Amino acid sequence: MSPLAKLLEAALFAASRPLTLEELGSLEPESGEAALRAALTELRAAYADDHGVELAEIAEGWQFLTRREYAEAIDRAQFALRPRRLSPAALETLAIIAYRQPVGRVEVDEIRGVDSGAVIDKLLERGLVEVVTRGEGLGRPLLYGTTPPFLEILGLKDLEELPRLEELSVALRPPTPAEEPE
Amino acid sequence: MSSPVVRDQSGFVIELEQFSGPLDLLLHLIHEEEVDITDLPISKIADQFLAVIGDLGLNQAADYLEMAARLLRIKAQMLLPRRLGDDEWEDPRAELVRRLLEYQQIRELVDWLARAAAVRAERFGRGYEAPPPDAPPAPLQIDLNDLLAAAERVIALIPEPMLHRVVPRPLDVEGALLKIHALLAERDTFGWSDVVGPGATIVDVLSAFIALLELAKRGTLTLAQPEPFAPMVIRRESPREAA
Repeated sequence: MSPLAKLLEAALFAASRPLTLEELGSLEPESGEAALRAALTELRAAYADDHGVELAEIAEGWQFLTRREYAEAIDRAQFALRPRRLSPAALETLAIIAYRQPVGRVEVDEIRGVDSGAVIDKLLERGLVEVVTRGEGLGRPLLYGTTPPFLEILGLKDLEELPRLEELSVALRPPTPAEEPE
Repeated sequence: MSSPVVRDQSGFVIELEQFSGPLDLLLHLIHEEEVDITDLPISKIADQFLAVIGDLGLNQAADYLEMAARLLRIKAQMLLPRRLGDDEWEDPRAELVRRLLEYQQIRELVDWLARAAAVRAERFGRGYEAPPPDAPPAPLQIDLNDLLAAAERVIALIPEPMLHRVVPRPLDVEGALLKIHALLAERDTFGWSDVVGPGATIVDVLSAFIALLELAKRGTLTLAQPEPFAPMVIRRESPREAA
């Protein structure tokens, strides 16, 4: 491996969270972005086989993660904690915020058909959503968006990896739903 | 989209045991009955909806009651007669169907997110990372005028403190007593005007009067008024004085 790839390997090993390209670049500012990307590709290839961990591109950064096939053994031995599962209400709210961001509470309430204030507060607390701006109109409502930790708990590289609405079996916001039966 | 009994284990908002809201319950009924969502048999669904929420607790009932009312209204609107081939007629179910489809799509996304989270949970990162501390509260954005207005409202709520002003009593009873004793030493009898003298202030008058009453009480002197509105005559009480 190239010296830069080894440096990245060490840094990613030391970090307990995904490191962004910018963060990795600060290790050796004189090497350009192209060299950085090449080193990451090299590092990823080095871990592609023959290793229990792999270099994953996640939450707009890179992180060493264990391979899925070892999850059960590690879990059984209780060497690591699985993250808490999210409740259906939390997932519904996250889905709406992820696709409609920036979005206010009223719209989330409306789509879910129930009050979502408490759920949003919990998501704020866990850092999965954040206030991104304020809306126009009455009371200048807080508008929410998703955060890097949201991508992290879903193992997503970025929001582009979410399924496109057109790919779903139900089309959202059909102009006249009654005339377009699925 | 049926919803199995999913108990909330993460401390999120209280949910009814099976459904995360009235839309979820409606979708469940629609799937159970295998009816076309875009051509809802509203009467049947409304009756079933009412029957199910009849068994529910009151925790979230407001949301469900609102939906029940909406269903009944749509049901009533569907019963209104309409002319055949009326192009102007708008299906009263349209808005509900739109919301149901929208919600169904969210449920589909929820399934996707849950799967993604489950897959991610099978890959461990380096070391145990403590859950992030409570995020700081949402930033407060407020302009100066709003802030001042809010401060004023708070200040207005503070009750006026109950202050009792203690006023030093300016009466000089001691002085008046000395003066009366001096007069008593000189004369057996004297008048009110001898005690207060000309140009006496209200304070002098009050002080002298209290001193006279005090001495009368002690029996040092007697107070007498020969007739109504006549000047007061002050007389030394000799025997007591001697005693």
